[in-house]
Amino acid sequence: MNTNPNRRYADITGRALLYAVLGIMAIYYLLPLALMIVTSFRSMDEIRMGQLIDWPTQLNLDAWRIAWSEAQIGARSERGLQPYFINSMLITLPAVAISTLMGAVNGYVLSFWRFRGSNLFFGLLLFGCFLPFQAILLPHANVLGRMGISGSIAGLIFTHVVYGLAFTTLFFRNYYVTLPGELIKAAQLDGAGFWRIFWRIILPLSTPILTVCVIWQFTQVWNDFLFGVTFSDPSSQPVTVGLNNLVNSSTGERRYNVDMAGAIIAALPTLLVYVIAGKYFVRGLTAGSVKG
Amino acid sequence: MSESKTADLTSVAMTPRRNSRMGDTLAYWMPKLVLSPTLIIVLVFFYGFILWTGYLSFTNSRMLPSYDLVGWANYVRLFNNERWFVSLRNLAVYSVLFIVICLAIGLSLAILLDQKIRAEGALRTIYLYPMALSFIVTGTVWKWMLNPQVGIEQFVRGLGWETFRFDWLVDPNFSIYTIVVAAVWQSSGFVMALFLAGLRGVDDSIIKAAQIDGASRFMIYTRIIIPSLRPVFFSAFVMLAHIAIKSFDLALALTGGGPGVSSDLPAIFMYQMSFTRNQMGLGAASAMIMLLTVVAILVPYLYSELRTKKHEH
Repeated sequence: MNTNPNRRYADITGRALLYAVLGIMAIYYLLPLALMIVTSFRSMDEIRMGQLIDWPTQLNLDAWRIAWSEAQIGARSERGLQPYFINSMLITLPAVAISTLMGAVNGYVLSFWRFRGSNLFFGLLLFGCFLPFQAILLPHANVLGRMGISGSIAGLIFTHVVYGLAFTTLFFRNYYVTLPGELIKAAQLDGAGFWRIFWRIILPLSTPILTVCVIWQFTQVWNDFLFGVTFSDPSSQPVTVGLNNLVNSSTGERRYNVDMAGAIIAALPTLLVYVIAGKYFVRGLTAGSVKG
Repeated sequence: MSESKTADLTSVAMTPRRNSRMGDTLAYWMPKLVLSPTLIIVLVFFYGFILWTGYLSFTNSRMLPSYDLVGWANYVRLFNNERWFVSLRNLAVYSVLFIVICLAIGLSLAILLDQKIRAEGALRTIYLYPMALSFIVTGTVWKWMLNPQVGIEQFVRGLGWETFRFDWLVDPNFSIYTIVVAAVWQSSGFVMALFLAGLRGVDDSIIKAAQIDGASRFMIYTRIIIPSLRPVFFSAFVMLAHIAIKSFDLALALTGGGPGVSSDLPAIFMYQMSFTRNQMGLGAASAMIMLLTVVAILVPYLYSELRTKKHEH
């Protein structure tokens, strides 16, 4: 059929059109990021004189320095996004580690050590994946206060662990039910107990889902704004809150280069994770949605 | 191998009785013990807190929680509140546009990418990366690009089209659409990934049979492939609706709910009433309405999920 020259011509233009559309879409998604990066290297003079889309005449690192350590954000004594960035690290790393480990153990029980009511429990937990957090904000603020950890890093870690458990348990449970149950039975016959089976057999088999879960939780906790703005005080605010305050502080002229450098600083850790382990990132997204 | 197994079995049998009974009891309770922290969290921090918020919505709480019941007063006040109606209407406009556009772009991109494209992996990576960004970052970037004085409007005018206007960000009648623009940019790649996974799961033999029957490629897509993606449509819809209802950070970073309250959303309304306006009772009532909206979308979804699972068995 392809010997017909007209038909072949149509095929080739069709392919060209296809690549053109895909290319234009790629530009659409990339343009904001590209503009962010380019603008962060321009000086304010260039931005005032020039255009939205323009190359910097020279590589100017002022905006990065100001965003990282010099900009006055709110009424804080320390300057720049640096302290916020450190807060985000201090919140994210423990929250991810604890919620992932708890999710793994929960998933292990819900897959291999079922008991009466364990399926009901799983169902109740799953609703947490869809819970609009507005419905728990007020009581949670109250309880954090009573626990003496309101406005602290510890309070934010606790919050992220509590409301991350639904997803982490879901990930591990859905992964473990695909493993053969004979694995456990054989180990039990050999006299291995609950924890021995978990550490020696199940956990070594969990690398793929561990990766998915850690990446998911890291992205969720790092990018969180609602908890960060509600349950923090100025000394424990995460970088998303810092960025928002930097951009919306109304003193003086808008420094777009500083705003963009700040936005990149806030986005860098999750972007890096995405570039390094994008495959697992996508798997987490789809696992969370297909089996909600 | 079988020998070592028997050896193990005897060694189990030979362990002292009392010890093994204690071990049995522990082994019986261990799974439950391990789940108990999560059980407490689910009962207290999920469902207990929802009930607590529900209770607060029937009280006259202002800056601090009060436990004096006032009946439905907060709900009456809520639905007589002009700003709440603006935020509900905005949510409706925003979520319909956001969901429809994301589904359209996601499905189209997935179909185009499914034509044995070279560099598919790279393109997929590019389409999906915004999903890794915080909504605050997305809001910051688009706020700048959509700003008429320095952004796209200014750029197009600089190219010579002096009368070009794109000032939705500062126009109360159009500000809500800027949130749609930014949210679609962030989430449509994710929908593409969902559809692409669905397309890869379509049974090849049906397509081959249709090709033999002389069906055109367009017919195969519209009559066979797209209808078979119904479950993907459904879960994408639920995910997107969920993102839309929870939208808080994007709107706050992009428009701050403004100009005025023109791009206000229920999540912003709830936050401000509860934490900055000292109207806790009203905030709790609005939170309950948001929760009910999510439940209303979720219940049919879960119902159909369970039903299809039963059919499969």
